[in-house]
Amino acid sequence: MSCAVHASGLRYDYPSGHPALRGVDLHVEHGERVAVLGPNGAGKTTLMLHLNGLMLGEGALEVAGLEVSSGTLHDLRIRVGVVFQDPDDQLFMPTVREDVAFGPLNMGLDRPAVDERVREALAAVRMAHVIDRAPYQLSMGERRRVALATVLAMRPRLLVLDEPSANLDPRARRGLLDILEPIERTMLFTTHDLPLAAELCERAVILAAGRVVADGPTAEVLADSALLAAHDLELPAGFDLSGVALRPRPEGGAAALAARS
Amino acid sequence: MGGLCNHSLELTGLAGNPASPVHRLDPRAKIVGLVSITIVAVSTPPRHWPVYVACATALAAVAMLGRVGVGDIWRRTRVVLPLILFVAIFVPFLRTGGAVYDLGPIKVHEAGLLVLAAVAAKATIGTLSAVLLGTTTTFPAVLHGLEAMRLPRTFVLIAAFMYRYLFVIVEEVARMRQALASRGYRPRNALQAGALGRVATALFLRSYSRGERVYLAMLSRGYRGAMPQAVPLSLGRADIVFVGVVLASLVPLRLLAELA
Repeated sequence: MSCAVHASGLRYDYPSGHPALRGVDLHVEHGERVAVLGPNGAGKTTLMLHLNGLMLGEGALEVAGLEVSSGTLHDLRIRVGVVFQDPDDQLFMPTVREDVAFGPLNMGLDRPAVDERVREALAAVRMAHVIDRAPYQLSMGERRRVALATVLAMRPRLLVLDEPSANLDPRARRGLLDILEPIERTMLFTTHDLPLAAELCERAVILAAGRVVADGPTAEVLADSALLAAHDLELPAGFDLSGVALRPRPEGGAAALAARS
Repeated sequence: MGGLCNHSLELTGLAGNPASPVHRLDPRAKIVGLVSITIVAVSTPPRHWPVYVACATALAAVAMLGRVGVGDIWRRTRVVLPLILFVAIFVPFLRTGGAVYDLGPIKVHEAGLLVLAAVAAKATIGTLSAVLLGTTTTFPAVLHGLEAMRLPRTFVLIAAFMYRYLFVIVEEVARMRQALASRGYRPRNALQAGALGRVATALFLRSYSRGERVYLAMLSRGYRGAMPQAVPLSLGRADIVFVGVVLASLVPLRLLAELA
């Protein structure tokens, strides 16, 4: 059976020669929710861009059942949805409706099917009322949700979110968590919002200087304060991990998704 | 409710009553109708005042049907019109011919005044047409209309990105100005204005890298070099009536001016 992500010895050097990924080994099963943690400059965003074939490194990389290579890019990008850190990068069309329709139209769907997907995706992020608004009229939290909808409309098998809670106030962050929680997808979050990882992901990976240096259940990884400190990560002062319950998963959760894939 | 409605109207650039028959017209009908009014006015030679009056009457009718207030029109017109009229204001002093009026050290010629009046009429009608299009049609709808009228898609795309990112860039400029001001930057002479040059450079670089990130975001959603087709528009009876009335009332007058 195929897996959601299988990276082995993945390497990537920036054009300047600076190595960004120095042999990443990562295996993610269908239905898993994995937090990729790490300080700034650890290679989190670079890794994320590889998952969608936006960067091509050396080594073996299979994502959503496809070997990542120049020949599989279009299919890969339909199967893998990436939500970028800055929603202003992601929302480039004049209206929310056109933006959410952009991906499904590129998939070659006909107009009624596209309209259906636009409605469904906006409803999933509770943003159906802004369908005819322009992205610049939305708050940061609303933009982040619409950015998520633009990807959900493509019904990807794997959802990759880059720093989803960055620049959000506590209420918008809570709202985003409430929306992400019921989504039945394999998900990969790159973040240094450790409480978010604790609430949403059962597994956490620490990426440092282009390598995976820790991989395990989120509760265990986050409880190891020496490990966190060694990689410039830290839970908020006074944060009590034992008080955080992993959010309940949809019926069947990982097993059901794995069976379907 | 009124406040909320006004707020959302300002954000879309619309004015007047969004449910009016003019607002509801197909964007193509409004583009063709209002551009026709402008073309008729611009192509009419001086002295044919009835044509200009007819164009102005047509615009007034559009404004009234769309319930666009004089205040809204004035606020937008005053941004563009002075720039155009500034150029024309010198014509009466330069163009010679006809009667001469002595204004002390300078002389004004009748032919020049005539040209000024005609240019002012044309500029005002052209500006009002554009303003009325903007107050009764959202920018995305105008783009949609232009695309449906077979304007090259690259142009439409450039205009769409410009519209989308204008606000983002304006916000960035505002933040940079605040950053300069918060550190006591108050240029008093040209030599101190160098910081503004660096702001412009930073803005260019930021916009460039944003362009690259937007391109990546497009690729990641399956973009392969062609923008997806927009929803097809459909012309209704009201659209045909609107364009028909505008053309039927102005084109004969314009042709008569040619014969006179």
